[in-house]
Amino acid sequence: MKFDDEPAPGDNLPILPGHTSRGRFERILRAGQFAVTAEIAPPDSADPEEVYARAALFDGYVDAVNATDSSGANCHMSSMGICSLLTRRGYAMILQQSCRDRNRIAMQGDILGAAAMGVCNILCLSGDGVQSGDHPDAKPVFDMDSISALGMVRHMRDEQQFMSGRPISSPPRLFLGAAANPFAPPLDFRPHRMAKKIAAGAQFIQTQYCFDIERMKTFMAQVRDMGLLEKAYVLAGVGPLASAKAAQWIRKNVAGAHIPDSVVQRLAGAEDQKQEGVDLCIDLIDQVREIEGVSGAHIMAYRMEDRIGEIVTRSNALGGREPWRPAAAFA
Amino acid sequence: MRAVRLWSTRNAGWLKKCYVLLEGTLTLFNPLLKAIGHKRLDKPFAVVEGAVKGFLFDSQSCGQCTLGETGMACPMNCPKTLRNGPCGGVRQDGGCEIKPDMTCVWVNAWEGSQRIGPPEETITIIQPPVDNRLKGRSAWLRALRVRAGDSP
Repeated sequence: MKFDDEPAPGDNLPILPGHTSRGRFERILRAGQFAVTAEIAPPDSADPEEVYARAALFDGYVDAVNATDSSGANCHMSSMGICSLLTRRGYAMILQQSCRDRNRIAMQGDILGAAAMGVCNILCLSGDGVQSGDHPDAKPVFDMDSISALGMVRHMRDEQQFMSGRPISSPPRLFLGAAANPFAPPLDFRPHRMAKKIAAGAQFIQTQYCFDIERMKTFMAQVRDMGLLEKAYVLAGVGPLASAKAAQWIRKNVAGAHIPDSVVQRLAGAEDQKQEGVDLCIDLIDQVREIEGVSGAHIMAYRMEDRIGEIVTRSNALGGREPWRPAAAFA
Repeated sequence: MRAVRLWSTRNAGWLKKCYVLLEGTLTLFNPLLKAIGHKRLDKPFAVVEGAVKGFLFDSQSCGQCTLGETGMACPMNCPKTLRNGPCGGVRQDGGCEIKPDMTCVWVNAWEGSQRIGPPEETITIIQPPVDNRLKGRSAWLRALRVRAGDSP
């Protein structure tokens, strides 16, 4: 999808009335389109070509790309680096910022830096514990939590001030996002937690892997009754599983991922488990789309990023809509 | 200590009432405390407070207490020191992502908050980030200053 006021790659769109960012992601959600986002795998490398190649897998299939912030507390290229490279080429980036590694001074500096590099969206996360990654000996910072971080970004954007009250001459025009995990205990607290995030400034929500549709329906009904869906867009997290073994590994090792036994059994019973994982993801997209209030899908295709094209095409998640893609990809 | 901490969230209802009573009493005596000087009293207060709250709630003495709003569970026991609710990593059995043999602090906090009426009212208050300068200082005296409108 190209807008009439499409800028040169690297520049952002003009800001529309009622919008907080200059990005295409906010425009698509506010236009009522079913949005598709995907997570880019950050390289363990300083080579920009690796970033471009990984992003190219998404060309023509997604509306925005999440750059993870050393997820699972494993060290990779920074989300800031990836976002800076890809915004230069016109990609709509979602900067993930966790509270694990930086204090409020570093975070606020990064927020200004990211906005200056053309980032229009930020996802504020608490972050995985350092114990789960490859540097368990590191100091966990957690100066802020995801909710106070949301409040901090909103304060910077709307009040044009640092937390200290010192003025910011040109504020970061960001569309604010947060994560939600409807599948982890305490289940009754989860809708209230999302309400707190929205009250703190979240405008869109990306959920954890959604394999338990019934639970997702319950959660969405709760947040709908609380009036939260008028205040924020919810993108359901989905993803292909490579095999039953991979599903079990994720269940054990990925914090907060809830995979019901029925899913593991479906994969285990398939001849081609990888294909079955892709088919399952497509089925899940079909099912989450039917849930009232789900505004998009967030695809986390860890180590299966090359299957995103198939998933988006076969699920018809975009409903025939063509998302923006870099000009070179048309050739 | 975890056993006492668990007991405290299970008894959050009347413990919170005691807390409110204590705050009221201290407020009554605040003119006297102010005459002596909060600064002078901070150390002895912090010692008593640390001992009482440490025993009952495993309090980590951050100096800006949220116990009454977090179901009488000290959020600073969360390995990520989250003050606004549980992270997404809580295990299906309610165990902490980082310390699996410990129940998530926020699972306890949620249960405790259900015993403090009206439920959901206190735990949904957005807590600001920690002021790291206040660590180890008396949260009770600070609460009195906030209540009286003095500089905290």
